[in-house]
Amino acid sequence: MPSTQDWINDPLAVVEEMFAASQNNSNSGWETKAVEFFQDQLKERDTHTLVPSLNDVPLHYLKPNSLVKFRCLIQDMFDPEFYMGVYETVDPSTKTKVRMLRCGKYKDVTECGVDFNSRNTVTAERQTFYCVPIPGENPWVKEISSSCLTEARVVPSTSYAPSRQKRSYEEDDDMDTQPQKQREPHAGMKIPSEHHGNGDCKRQETEAPSSQTASASHLDLNFPLPGEKGPSCLVKVYEDWDRFKLNDTLEVYGILSVSPALSALADEKDASSSLLDPAESMETAEEQRVHSPPASLVPRLHMLHAKPLPHNNPLLPSAALEDNSAFLSSTLSEMASVREEILSYFTHVLLGDALAAEYLILHLISNVYSRRDVLPLGKFTLNLSGCPTVASYTERFYQIIQQLVPSSHYLAMSLQNMNQMRLVPKKDYVANRLVSGALQLARNTSLFLDETQLEQGQLDTTGVRNVTALGNLISWQKVDYDFNYHQMEFPCNINVLIASEGRSLLPSDCQIHLQPQVAPSHLEESLSSIHMHPQASSQLNKFRIYLSMARLLDYSISDEVTKSVEDDFVDMRKDDPQSISAEDLHRMLVVARLLSLSLGQTSLSRDSWLRAKHIEMLRRSRMEQHKCVNGNEP
Amino acid sequence: MSSPTSTPGGRKRGRNTNPPTPSSEDPTSPPSQRRRGQDSSTGDLMPMPTSPATDMLSPAAPQDTSLFSSPRPSVQPNEVDMSSPLMYGTPSSRVEGTPRSGVRGTPARQRPDLGSVRKAPQVDLHSEPPSTDGAVASEPNAGQRLVIWGTDVNVGTCKEKFQRFLQRFTDPNSTEDENAGLDLNEPLYMQKLEEISVVGDPVLNVNCRHVQSFDAELYRQLICYPQEVIPTFDMAVNELFFERFPDSILEYQIQVRPYNALKTRNMRSLNPEDIDQLITISGMVIRTSQLIPEMQEGFFQCQVCAYSTRVEVDRGRIAEPAVCRNCNNTHSLALVHNRSVFSDKQMIKVQESPEDMPAGQTPHTTVVYAHNDLVDKVQPGDRVNITGIYRAVPMRVNPRQNNVKSVYKTHIDAIHFRKTDEKRLHGLDEEAEQKLFTEDRVQTLKELAAKPDVYERLSSALAPSIYEHEDIKKGILLQLFGGTRKDFSQTGRGNFRAEVNILLCGDPGTSKSQLLQYVYNLVPRGQYTSGKGSSAVGLTAYVMKDPETRQLVLQTGALVLSDNGICCIDEFDKMSDNTRSVLHEVMEQQTLSIAKAGIICQLNARTAVLAAANPVESQWNPKKTTIENIQLPHTLLSRFDLIFLMLDPQDEAYDRRLAHHLVSLYYQSEEQMEEEFLDMAVLKDYIAYARTYISPRLSEEASQALIEAYVDMRKIGSGRGMVSAYPRQLESLIRLAEAHAKVRFSEKVESIDVEEAKRLHREALKQSATDPRTGFVDISILTTGMSATARKRKEEVAQALKKLIQAKGKTPAMKYQQLLDDLRGQSETAITKELFDEALRALADEDYLTVTGKTVRLLA
Repeated sequence: MPSTQDWINDPLAVVEEMFAASQNNSNSGWETKAVEFFQDQLKERDTHTLVPSLNDVPLHYLKPNSLVKFRCLIQDMFDPEFYMGVYETVDPSTKTKVRMLRCGKYKDVTECGVDFNSRNTVTAERQTFYCVPIPGENPWVKEISSSCLTEARVVPSTSYAPSRQKRSYEEDDDMDTQPQKQREPHAGMKIPSEHHGNGDCKRQETEAPSSQTASASHLDLNFPLPGEKGPSCLVKVYEDWDRFKLNDTLEVYGILSVSPALSALADEKDASSSLLDPAESMETAEEQRVHSPPASLVPRLHMLHAKPLPHNNPLLPSAALEDNSAFLSSTLSEMASVREEILSYFTHVLLGDALAAEYLILHLISNVYSRRDVLPLGKFTLNLSGCPTVASYTERFYQIIQQLVPSSHYLAMSLQNMNQMRLVPKKDYVANRLVSGALQLARNTSLFLDETQLEQGQLDTTGVRNVTALGNLISWQKVDYDFNYHQMEFPCNINVLIASEGRSLLPSDCQIHLQPQVAPSHLEESLSSIHMHPQASSQLNKFRIYLSMARLLDYSISDEVTKSVEDDFVDMRKDDPQSISAEDLHRMLVVARLLSLSLGQTSLSRDSWLRAKHIEMLRRSRMEQHKCVNGNEP
Repeated sequence: MSSPTSTPGGRKRGRNTNPPTPSSEDPTSPPSQRRRGQDSSTGDLMPMPTSPATDMLSPAAPQDTSLFSSPRPSVQPNEVDMSSPLMYGTPSSRVEGTPRSGVRGTPARQRPDLGSVRKAPQVDLHSEPPSTDGAVASEPNAGQRLVIWGTDVNVGTCKEKFQRFLQRFTDPNSTEDENAGLDLNEPLYMQKLEEISVVGDPVLNVNCRHVQSFDAELYRQLICYPQEVIPTFDMAVNELFFERFPDSILEYQIQVRPYNALKTRNMRSLNPEDIDQLITISGMVIRTSQLIPEMQEGFFQCQVCAYSTRVEVDRGRIAEPAVCRNCNNTHSLALVHNRSVFSDKQMIKVQESPEDMPAGQTPHTTVVYAHNDLVDKVQPGDRVNITGIYRAVPMRVNPRQNNVKSVYKTHIDAIHFRKTDEKRLHGLDEEAEQKLFTEDRVQTLKELAAKPDVYERLSSALAPSIYEHEDIKKGILLQLFGGTRKDFSQTGRGNFRAEVNILLCGDPGTSKSQLLQYVYNLVPRGQYTSGKGSSAVGLTAYVMKDPETRQLVLQTGALVLSDNGICCIDEFDKMSDNTRSVLHEVMEQQTLSIAKAGIICQLNARTAVLAAANPVESQWNPKKTTIENIQLPHTLLSRFDLIFLMLDPQDEAYDRRLAHHLVSLYYQSEEQMEEEFLDMAVLKDYIAYARTYISPRLSEEASQALIEAYVDMRKIGSGRGMVSAYPRQLESLIRLAEAHAKVRFSEKVESIDVEEAKRLHREALKQSATDPRTGFVDISILTTGMSATARKRKEEVAQALKKLIQAKGKTPAMKYQQLLDDLRGQSETAITKELFDEALRALADEDYLTVTGKTVRLLA
């Protein structure tokens, strides 16, 4: 049995060993065995922390053909490809009939001397996903998850691992039979490339956000949000690819392949192939570039195991909550007290408005938990109107949210942005890929729409389309991706928070008008003090855990409470049928649900229902006051 | 084959002349296992033409001269060449000069679609065994059953079977439009051959399903070994054709194009097992390339002695001869482009149709190569069914690199295109072909249909999250099914509308939009627009300049796109009048006429309209009529079959049920919900099935019931001296009754259908057309926009006015204002100015008086 170090550093050896063993007895099902082996290894306690992560470790520190993990979002799905699952090689130097069966699985490049005519060749199918790091992932998430992995980072040495890459080069060179001679050409070859890796590449990666525009000209990594950084990856999936969906967030464990041969092949094609074979040149240059980018920029990852991520908060155990009852019970008991703290913090942030703070908590823990035919349940889009426009309040407000939720995005709804930004992903048929847009977000991402940035002016076609897309997102939690000839609907689960002066032009589930408890004269002052508010990191972490946890809890309503809710509704309608509609009941049920969850209660109690009714009443009465004030009323 | 005549020693390339013995037709070769991808067999075999090279079994026709006159596409006239129709036969075979393929001198045309020449050497499909030496002996399939190398196809049998198929196959129940005008009881394909002899288009399309029903074994071979079997078919059909029509002249030999292979329907299900098999997939063309001339044969000429030689393309390359065989100079040969042989080729990218895709995935694309006359047959945006051979080619081996990418490139060599949207022009229901149901599914659907409460079940399965509104759901359900399409164009009335239009009108927040969204998601060709955001062009069509080609192109809008589907229009009331006016044509004639920027056309828009509108005052005013509440032109309103009001009933029991419904929505688990209601997918299939296969007709008693219903409706009005129902209402009733019969999967409209149609119609009317002053159902509100009482009142005023004028005696002209004052003084009830104006207009209509400015003149 291979040792632990082996399966991380040289997983291919494990695979090959199993493959070789299977040659003796057919139908041994070595493929499932191999996958199971890795899954078992990963199940063991904390072994997964040993695996270096592509998110945190720069690519050039990672050993080629080693096991790595990658926390990512499936941005695009390419066409399935057929590859040589098993093939036979003939030693080219000897030309003898020494035939070897090789396994092509988990590899991009074959060994030399493939016999294409061998009847032992087995064609197999795999699927390629284009994966990007989770869009809008906040810096604190990255920091914490990479600090967990310090030990893993030490393991890979800076030198290139020996491995088969080298050997294959050696084998190519027929003349080089002596070891001494061999080294020299290799050193010569390697040094520039290594420099490349350590120098240029590093810079490129670390500075990706700033140089994005520059590098975009030759390679656009297609991140949904502008200014994102990190490696994107071509993940090759070998089985069950139907279970993955676009925009799923995954943690992929796979074999890293950065073979320079991949890039070399692509380069050569550009130069010479069009002359030789017109058919090859029919793949446009763009398509080439997108589907086989240089491996140094977009590494290939051959998936061995993938774990769907219910959340990307590194402070929470990644396993399902049920398996972690200790953690669950300890946090549950604390929830009420943390809620108090976070409430007072938000009240402070929202200039002393406790009701708005309450609603903000509810919004941040909302989650589309189910869909009834077209109706998404559990969404809670909040429109925070009456935001002060001084001292860039909204931006500050966003920064605070950014500190608390795992992923978020700030979208200034300025006229220019709305008219120019690409919100909806669009299929580019020339390059044959899905060009991402800002609304291609992972589940539970907080989208902060700043409507205070909107000024008077005209929306053009794109602008109208963008506003419609936002409206659809809010009302139906879906985005219609543009496939040029038709549109395709992708459900999403995004928390939208709209900050506006008056009532927002976008629909929302709930609107609350901010009532600062500070005198207008002191407004500036208190605004500037918000950010100063010291937050110990332990406190912050508590808040972060709280918000992510509340979202993951189960929830139910008992029959008794159902009955009383029904009675309540009937009574309310009896008094004044105009005042409450089915719509309002919908909202109250969501509020009650979120309120219970925010208190750590997994079923609705009479108290919570009354409390929900109460805060809804307060909010409505406040809205009535403001009805005459803002001009956006119909 | 043990033909002793083969003298392999004499020929280099192992080509074998065939003596015209029957046995020579059987090619032999060791049946070895077929390989995936590139089938490169022993390298010393030259590629053989895949074109049908028919044997000289029958003596050559007298018109050998026609050979020279017949134009050959993409071949430079060449003296040597002309003698042999095998354009790229090896010189040796040419010298032998057996015009083996010259069936009456018609040249064969190469079929790059079957085996592109750069693919590995073909195992010879025709009469020669691929490798003469030893092949015969090594035939392991005991006995004399000789098959093509690598397959189990015996050319002779295969040919015979296919000829029998052509001669005998009839399809009496054919519904395909292609077979229009053919006698269905005669052998179908013989008639097609006759057509070929008349038209001269040497392509025979063969429906694989026909082959399957005729001979399953032949079908299996066709699917598994298309590369071998199709040329055999070609051979067979040419023999048959020239036997029958010896005098016909064709451009080149007939090619068989099979289509509708049942192997694969969905691009997603293609897998390595399908390689080199005949498949049919459906999809949408997204991109086509320029035409690519692909060299089939290079023509080289020696610069020194002008000796010329030809080299065939072998695996995508041409091996340039280094030494001139004539003068032995080295490197003296140059390629002469315009004497080389090229064939047309085009790359087409096809994308999965949106209907075939599982949710949450992106569509797959496939590359298709079209050859020769299939080039430019399809345009981007076309929906096509492609039949072709699925290929996988390994990434090119680079001479400078030993490592290769272990990935194959896949594509489809197209043999046949069938545009699915083309048929729409012929008015056939395309879903008939598109949606195929498995037997199990059909069985479940039929079982469901047999249940007595299927109507209720389906309607409650519709948008279960929306509470109650039973009748509205039933109405929408009937809309989803639609009536039967009737064609009266021969009698001059054109098509009858089969689609049911529905208007929902009601208070805000009564989940109208949700209902629309649901319907939009349910139907395959649904469109959803909002009245606020759509313009007339957005609904109909607009002309724009294509940025690439700089040509004007017609872009279709929502109504055209939802042809055969449902167009959901939200915020109908917010739509501008201008925009709404385009709906008039669509909602009754079901067409859309466009005349702009030099493009004049009429598009089909057989769409059902489901519209939702808010009342004018945003809240329903119970004191006003529907018309006043909706404020839509009555010409438009009368085009809606059903107008539903979605009002807040404000009733305690209702509230309680609503509350219960909503609360349970929020806490019931997914499974519980599913148990209670039908699956959306089942509903979808049920509707699709009924729409496709069921076309109910009125039974005797049903028509009687309809007549009665109509007469009753008219009677109601005629009691008070006015017409209250119009033929349009009768048509609505018929449509609804037909739709209800469809729900029951019944081919006959029976009286229960009519009963339900009547009930629903009445229900909808009761809500929308109740005259608030009398409480009567009054359909004339919809047709004239004025209720019967209002009309009566108008008439009374007019009479009073007439009396007044008559009482004044002979005054030819009167002042308008004075007349109004006089009338007001006389009348007991208040007379508004509008009422007075209307009365004047009524009298003017009677030619009693005219109104000019402020004076009223009497006539006569």
